[in-house]
Amino acid sequence: MSALAAEALTVVVEERTLLDRVTLSVMPGEMLAVLGPNGAGKSTLLAALAGLRVPTSGHVTLNGRTLETCRPRDLAAARAYLPQNGALDWPLTVERVVALGRLPLAGLWGEATAQVDEAVDRALDAMDARGLRGRIATTLSGGELARVLLARAIVAEPTVLIADEPLAGLDPRHQLDALARLKRMADDGRAVVLALHDLDLAARFATRVVLLSQGKRIADGSPAETLTPGRIAEAFAVRATVGADADGPWVRLVS
Amino acid sequence: MTKPSFALSLALLATLTLALAALSVLAGKVWFSPADAWAALVTGAPDLGGVIVRELRAPRAMLAMLVGAALGLSGAALQGLLRNPLAEPGVLGVSTGASLGAVLALYYGVSGSFALALPLAGLIGAAATTALVVALAARGGAIALILAGAAVSSFGGALVALALNLAPSPWAATEIMVWLMGSLADRSWSHVALAAPFVLAGSVVLLGAGRSLDALSLGEATAESLGVKLSTLRLQIVGGAALAVGAATAVSGAIGFVGLVAGHLVRPLAGHVPSRVLPLAALAGAALVLAADIGVRLIPFGPEMKLGVVTALVGAPFFLLLILRARRTLS
Repeated sequence: MSALAAEALTVVVEERTLLDRVTLSVMPGEMLAVLGPNGAGKSTLLAALAGLRVPTSGHVTLNGRTLETCRPRDLAAARAYLPQNGALDWPLTVERVVALGRLPLAGLWGEATAQVDEAVDRALDAMDARGLRGRIATTLSGGELARVLLARAIVAEPTVLIADEPLAGLDPRHQLDALARLKRMADDGRAVVLALHDLDLAARFATRVVLLSQGKRIADGSPAETLTPGRIAEAFAVRATVGADADGPWVRLVS
Repeated sequence: MTKPSFALSLALLATLTLALAALSVLAGKVWFSPADAWAALVTGAPDLGGVIVRELRAPRAMLAMLVGAALGLSGAALQGLLRNPLAEPGVLGVSTGASLGAVLALYYGVSGSFALALPLAGLIGAAATTALVVALAARGGAIALILAGAAVSSFGGALVALALNLAPSPWAATEIMVWLMGSLADRSWSHVALAAPFVLAGSVVLLGAGRSLDALSLGEATAESLGVKLSTLRLQIVGGAALAVGAATAVSGAIGFVGLVAGHLVRPLAGHVPSRVLPLAALAGAALVLAADIGVRLIPFGPEMKLGVVTALVGAPFFLLLILRARRTLS
């Protein structure tokens, strides 16, 4: 059964069609990259998949249940969503920030401190960020903060992780690092959905790619099937060459 | 790690507030010894001292705590909701609404028709402005709320000015001016009884929003993804603040800056965690208003200063400091 599926998802805002009958499904263990030019509807699609945006028509199912029938708490616990440009209003400690991800699991009086502590440690370990635990999150570097926000997203052990441009603002090393970690989460049996801009990294890391253009899905398949010079030209209006070497497939933008 | 220091801060602030409340009963033109005051409170001695303690000082201290807690708690909750450190109860227009209600009562001379006519008019004004702000900001976000509050607040301020302008007599104008400055002088237990239910109900509503505010510190999208319904949270906080601040302003007049300052004073003690800031801000607000109200009574010269004047005098420089600090971190 697919972990996350969208059926003819359409979002219309003020007579502008942001998403036009998009259908897709993600299996546990898959890492799906949603690619497309600016304004193609990537963020809208991710928000709709996360249940944060009610589609004009069509529906989303999470682990076999349509989102409308999910209790908000269950939805919050089952899928994590990492928005573009994660913000932080107050100088909270890293452990606080990560612990906020456990909110959907907390009862009336909150969750047992020991349980939260343990989960926070596990999430920080998975992100190699244990050493940041006591730091003030607003003083972290961009790469460190990205790791902490990822730890926040996985601390409730969701089955589905949706991240909107998780590489924005990261240097090459941290981009590779973040993608490797997201890939590992998929390998652990989660369904991971990412909006990305870097076609080359998507080709290397994603198990599947959905290409969006003007709200429509124009391709869905393995990176080799979808990231062809023809499709790339159609979606992005750029010329690209593609190939593969020992490290996997690559995409080079030419002109 | 932060836990013991939070519990300790809570205990220390509570102790400070109680100590100030006790001092507020003892201090004034006539000083009482703790033993005398205790005796007056417990035995209900019918002498003048007993009456001062029971009927003037005690309700005044109680009101100072209620008003301060309402302002501090509401300010901190609004700062969390609007994600803006400069937010305060005034941004919703609630205090202006309460002022306008009271001013209209003074203007039309109905304030003297029965004992609580003035604060009741204030409550009605607060409720009406809140309803207007909520209706104007309906289905909009935090920005819509701020703009609606600012618009309603400035219109309310204009109406207050109009009432002053058209005041039927210089005495009426003076009465309005004096009320606008905010004071806890000459209040009775009936004022406490009027304000307390609203302040307590509003406080419960606001304190219940703590965890949602924690989630909101990661931004609106993340908070929503964690199961926080933003429209419900907005209504909860606006409603809670309106109940608490509306009732507080109705009995005391406008007390500025406490709502702005209290949250900032305690934020480091709470590790900046919004749900922990809330109870501390309530205590800090209570302590601030108690201290200012004691100060007002002890200033040895001239007529008694108005509480709202003192809090504004002390609060404005703090506000300036805040802006200077914010400017540094923003640039």
